[in-house]
Amino acid sequence: MALNTEFNFSEQPDQLYNDLIALHEGLDEAQSAALNARLILLLMNQIGDAQTIRAAFAAARQPS
Amino acid sequence: MAPYDYAPIEYVTPPELSGGTPKEAPVLIVGAGPIGLAAAVDLALSGVATVLVDDNNVVSVGSRAICWAKRSLEILDRLGVADRMLAKGVTWKLGRIYRRAREIYQFDLLPEEGHKFPAFINLQQYYMEQYLIERCRDFPGLIDLRFKNRLVGLSQDETGVTAELETEDGRYQLKAAYLLACDGARSLIRQQLGLEFGGTVFEERFLIADVVMDADFPSERWFWFNPDFHPGQSALLHKQPDNIYRIDLQLGPDADAEAERQPEKVIPRIEKIVGERPFKLDWVSVYSFQCRRLEKFVHDRVIFAGDSAHIVSPFGARGGNGGLHDVDNLCWKLAAIVKREAGPDLLASYDEERIHGADENIRNSSWSTRFMSPEPGAETWFRDATLDLAERFGFARRLVNPGRLSVPCSLSDSALNSADQSGLATPMVPGSPCADAPIASPQGAEGWLLNQLGGRFVLLSLGQAWPGALPAGVEPLLIGEGGWQDTGGFVAARYGNGHYLIRPDQHIAARWQEADADALRAALQKAGIRQTEMV
Repeated sequence: MALNTEFNFSEQPDQLYNDLIALHEGLDEAQSAALNARLILLLMNQIGDAQTIRAAFAAARQPS
Repeated sequence: MAPYDYAPIEYVTPPELSGGTPKEAPVLIVGAGPIGLAAAVDLALSGVATVLVDDNNVVSVGSRAICWAKRSLEILDRLGVADRMLAKGVTWKLGRIYRRAREIYQFDLLPEEGHKFPAFINLQQYYMEQYLIERCRDFPGLIDLRFKNRLVGLSQDETGVTAELETEDGRYQLKAAYLLACDGARSLIRQQLGLEFGGTVFEERFLIADVVMDADFPSERWFWFNPDFHPGQSALLHKQPDNIYRIDLQLGPDADAEAERQPEKVIPRIEKIVGERPFKLDWVSVYSFQCRRLEKFVHDRVIFAGDSAHIVSPFGARGGNGGLHDVDNLCWKLAAIVKREAGPDLLASYDEERIHGADENIRNSSWSTRFMSPEPGAETWFRDATLDLAERFGFARRLVNPGRLSVPCSLSDSALNSADQSGLATPMVPGSPCADAPIASPQGAEGWLLNQLGGRFVLLSLGQAWPGALPAGVEPLLIGEGGWQDTGGFVAARYGNGHYLIRPDQHIAARWQEADADALRAALQKAGIRQTEMV
């Protein structure tokens, strides 16, 4: 499956984005980094398709 | 262009102090800002008399609220001032988002045709107040404007409110059945009642500057993340009439508000944005973001509306616009209560519906604020990652939050709605504000749907007329054969067929595909209007 880079949330994005930020409240940087690592692994498993995940790796790796 | 002429408004000794007949008005409004003035006009349109007092005698000094959203213009059109505002204001709908000097994306707020009003106009608050004051003068028997009359005391019992007012000629008392507290963000009435104004104060400080200059910037909203002229912060540029430009600059949490508002600090900052052009400072303010609201807006006979009831950060234009939604929601209810067409318990729905609206505004405003001024750590990582990805990927542009601009609030959970069992697929569900559409009268005169709605309950019938008589207090409007014409097909596309019961504030209370007299009476009752015999 190709990587979908168009908007794909099931609802308006602001609430979900804010929930993500709220998840980190009260954590120090190391704890936040660890949380992000767990989150990425969970989401990778949910996506499942290895080709898609590798395409996401490549897109994220590109410097802006 | 000459600067705005802040002509003082004449003070007249009130009749209570000049030996005249003391005024008896059912509603006393405190605060002649946009919200108090709009409320006076709205109540006058329903035939309800008001006394409107203000401690000052000039319109708002400085531009202050400038962005008026489409729904607000629709409300102001019902009040009779939108044409003047539209003629004077700067119409815009395009927003551009920059990161440093690069444009990341743009948004177009109203890509849809078939609306009388644009997505937004920019117009200084002082013009709006002037137009509303002049509109108030159209109702000399109903609106009693009293400038330089300061509220100094207030008491209430089960019959109404007694206000103590101070003027240069002395003090006097005024009684009213209800008092509208439209006295702004620093409301003295709120303090006098000892009410908590809870919420969040963000530490970030912002500079707001209105500058006068000859420039040919387009009528667009420009927002910068980390611009080269103001590194590490955000900036916003808006165009107003009379060659005035609004510039908002984020200053960070440690900025010294008093020092930052001095011209020697402000001018170099502006020079970096506008370059060599000569300019003049018109108004400067330094503020921090606050999102607060009263726990409830109705306190027996004292009712709060506008900034006295709730405040938000300015990115998103949800302050002044939110206040106008309050007026729109409150005034028909208050008029119905004063005229005994509804019981006083209808006011509970103002609390319910407008607290819902205020919370929506506060939520959106808080999210935008956090995106613009993220805390160090994860919040900044995600904000910067969003901006990085937004330059390459469409999805991330939707996450970029430079202020979500005021949109009409849906009241789909309101207790005044009747459940939608119509089977209609159009988005005009009960609780929605009515979408506008071009229509033509039976004689062929072109007009707009919203100009035929509002100010009273309307039964909008699409396709075929309602068979039989309507209950008292409801006026029919037929679009279809024998009635108004759906000239562009917009009514059919937005509403479908059937019958819609529409509140005086142009919100849908109920809808049906098939006429049902009992259901209509029940829906009116649900919307708070007392039902007696069928007429």
